Parts: sequence; C-alpha cells; structure tokens
Amino acid sequence: MTALIEIERLTKRFGAFTAVDDVSFTVSRGEVVGFLGPNGAGKSTTMRMLAGFMTPTAGTARICGEDVVDRPVSAKRHLGFLPEGAPTYPEMTVEGLLGFCGRARGFRGSELSDRVARGIELTQLGGVRLQPVETLSKGFKRRVGLAAALLHDPPVLVLDEPTDGLDPNQKHEVRNLIRAMAPEKAIVISTHILEEVAAVCTRALIIARGRVVADATPEAFAATGETMDDVFRRLTLGAASTAVTDEAAREVA
Amino acid sequence: MGGVLTVFRRELAGYFATPVAYVFIVIFLVLAGVLTFTIGGFFARGQADLVPFFGFVPWLFLFLIPALSMRLWAEERRLGTIELLLTLPLAQWQAVVGKFLAAWAFCAIALALTFPLVVTVNYLGDPDNGVILTGYIGCLLAAGAFLAVGAALSALTKNQVIAFVLSVAACFFLVAAGSPIVTEFLSRNLPVLADIARGISITDRLQGFTRGVVSGRDLVFFATFIGFFLFANTVAVDQRKAD
Repeated sequence: MTALIEIERLTKRFGAFTAVDDVSFTVSRGEVVGFLGPNGAGKSTTMRMLAGFMTPTAGTARICGEDVVDRPVSAKRHLGFLPEGAPTYPEMTVEGLLGFCGRARGFRGSELSDRVARGIELTQLGGVRLQPVETLSKGFKRRVGLAAALLHDPPVLVLDEPTDGLDPNQKHEVRNLIRAMAPEKAIVISTHILEEVAAVCTRALIIARGRVVADATPEAFAATGETMDDVFRRLTLGAASTAVTDEAAREVA
Repeated sequence: MGGVLTVFRRELAGYFATPVAYVFIVIFLVLAGVLTFTIGGFFARGQADLVPFFGFVPWLFLFLIPALSMRLWAEERRLGTIELLLTLPLAQWQAVVGKFLAAWAFCAIALALTFPLVVTVNYLGDPDNGVILTGYIGCLLAAGAFLAVGAALSALTKNQVIAFVLSVAACFFLVAAGSPIVTEFLSRNLPVLADIARGISITDRLQGFTRGVVSGRDLVFFATFIGFFLFANTVAVDQRKAD
C-alpha cells in the first residue's frame, strides 16, 4: 500500500491558541478515513492545511508525494477538496460552475464537457444543471461541491462533512458513491455522524483539542465493547469530565 | 496564462449574470453625459473636443470604481468561495491578475459605451481624434490604477462597506493630490510632501493624455503603480485568506 496522504507533525496556531497540535498520520490507497471530533477540535483546520488553503505554523503535508507548502499547485492537481459548507458562486449555474472548475484544472473542449457531464451524473444533478446555484437547496449545493471535487477523478479526496444537509436517501447515495470510489483512492471525510464511520470508513481517527486521540478501525472500536458514541464522548470530553463522573459515581455508591 | 484566463472569464461573466454590470454602466453613462453637457458646458465652449468629459471621468471613477472593486475579494471571503478558488490548482497571483483584468475589461466596456460622445463631436465639428484616443487611453489607465488599489484593499477585509470606504478615500487622495488647493497648501507648509503629492497624482498624469501627449514616464508610472498594488494584493490574499 502506498501512502497518498502524508501528514507530518502538522501544527497551526492562531495567536496563543493552538488549533492543530502536532498531528501526524498517513492514508493509503484504498483507505477511507473518518475524521471525527467535536466542533472546534481542529478537523476543518487540518483539512484546510492539507488542501493548501491554510499555511501550517509548523510541519507539513504531502499529497501523492507533493508537498502542499513547497509545491502547492502540483499537490492540488492530485486533490479533490470539498470545503466546509460547500461554498459555491451563487450566480453561476451548476454547469457553469463545474465548467469553471474543469477549466481551472486544465480540461478543454470535449474532455471538459465529458467531465462535467460525468460529475453531474455521479451526483445526480441532471435536473438542475442549468439552474443558478443560489436557487438550489442545501443538499443540492453540497452535491455541486462534491461534483466539483470529483471532476478530475483525483487519487486523493478530502471531504469536509460531505453528507451534511442531505436527506436520508441522498446520504445513502453519497455513501454508496464513496464506497464505490474507495478501492482506487485515499479518502478523508470529516463527519459528526458516527454511524457514517461504520457505514463507509475503513479507519476512524478521533481528534480533540487539536490532537489525535484515537486511530483505529471501526471493528477495533467495536471490540472494546463500547458503542462508538461512548468512545467518542470518553475521548473528546477529556480527563476533567471523567473525574467528575467518577466522583459522582462514588457519591452514589 | 491559462489560469488567468479561466478566472478572467468567470469574473467577467459574473458581472453580467447579476444586475451589477447594468446598474454600473447605466449610472456611469448617465452621469458622464449629464455632467459633460451641463456643468462641462459642452456646447457653450464652442470647441470640438472631449476635454469636459475627460475632466469628469476621474471624479466619476472615484465613486464607481470602488463600488466595482469592493466585492472582488471581500465577497469571496464572506461567501467562503475563496476556499474553492484557492484550492484549485492555480497560483494565487493568477487569481489576483485574472480578477483584476476582468474588472479592468469591464471598465473598458463602460468607457467604450461613451462612444456617442465621440460621434457627437465628430458630427458637430472637426475634432482631433488622436487626442480623443489618447484621452480614452489615459482614462483606462486611471481606471486600472484605481482598481488595483481597490482590489488590494478589498483583500484586507471581509466587509464590502469597509472596502468601499477605504477605496474611495485612497482614490480621493490620488485624484486630489494634484489639485492646486492641495499642492499650494503643501508647498507653503510641507514642501517635501508637495513633490510627492504631485508625483502620485492621477489627475496630473491624466492631463497629459487628454492633451494628446503619451509620455513614457506616465506609462511607466501606471505600469509600476498597478504592478505594485497587484503584488500587494497577492500578499494580502495570502496573509488574510483563511482569517
């Protein structure tokens, strides 16, 4: 297995606040990593640094061997990135927006139209392809962002909450899509939905206060006898709250 | 260059996909026409030239160009689309230059639509069309200078109103720096600054063009001025994009 994503001692500080603290991990082809953590734990910051949007304070990341700090343009060529909230230009049509992303990725002529058509088909946007993005619902916007990330069939996908705002059927479709692409790619998805990890991920990585606190397969988490919910709470609420619970338990006893 | 062109196309199409383009062009044309024919005394002067028109253009640009440039980066940051744009395989300078050129081309379209003025003077008299052409070139360069400043200021904030107010202030400074009131005041009190004020004045430079004189010095001035602010814009985008 070759590591397509290599994150090495990545750190990001905003003034005195450390959002991401010395995070290292690698993701190989065929892996789907579920990136979990409470709000503000550093998930989006880590993904933004990986996508070359934020400059790390220290450490670095490589995508297909290309350093995101030293060779940002080459690294971005191998990457499909869905930013948090799936931002899109409101006045553009779905087809116009995907065409723009395709041209920026160097596609022209019939290859460009084929890529756009394929992206629209994969994310089932056919019915709205000539509609301005601002007229679409949240779920459709998210799928437009997803189509833009998949357009160039990248070996590495980094998706920040890809199923947020989708209805249960659409969630199911997106999960199927991710599963279908998984063998060929290295995929990182962030999510708040813990069932999603069991449904699509081959590995779960839990981050809290900017640090990786757990990194294992969903099966390994299941083997501890706790539910994913309990593991998540235990790891992310931290030592302070555990102490409180213990004390409370003693008092009861 | 492909990256610049891709951003350029999207931006220019974006103006016409929203009412921004039409409102801007209509207001510009109405004001330019009204000012030229009334306060400018187009007919009363009895001369076949566009001197009154070219005299008003910098003052119109002073308000209209910041209205155009304020959204360039501030809106991208507010909508979060900057994250989409800057995670495409484009260098940051390509996005900066593409956006600037699209806004500049838009100004060129607005200026070109004042052609009825040129037709009118040619119908009424026998103007020197070479001078009119250099006047237009001067106006376009002034628009470029204002846009470059406005775009750089837009990259510093998420708030379009702040970007607009800062840009109007900066453009006002560039327009007013060469006016007699400012230069006389400065040469009496702060002679050092008087030379600098005259040096950066856009109106002074523009006057050469409206008289039909295109000097190498003025061209170098506009090129370095625009180049410097595009560089500052790239630095500002890099520093502030993720804030």
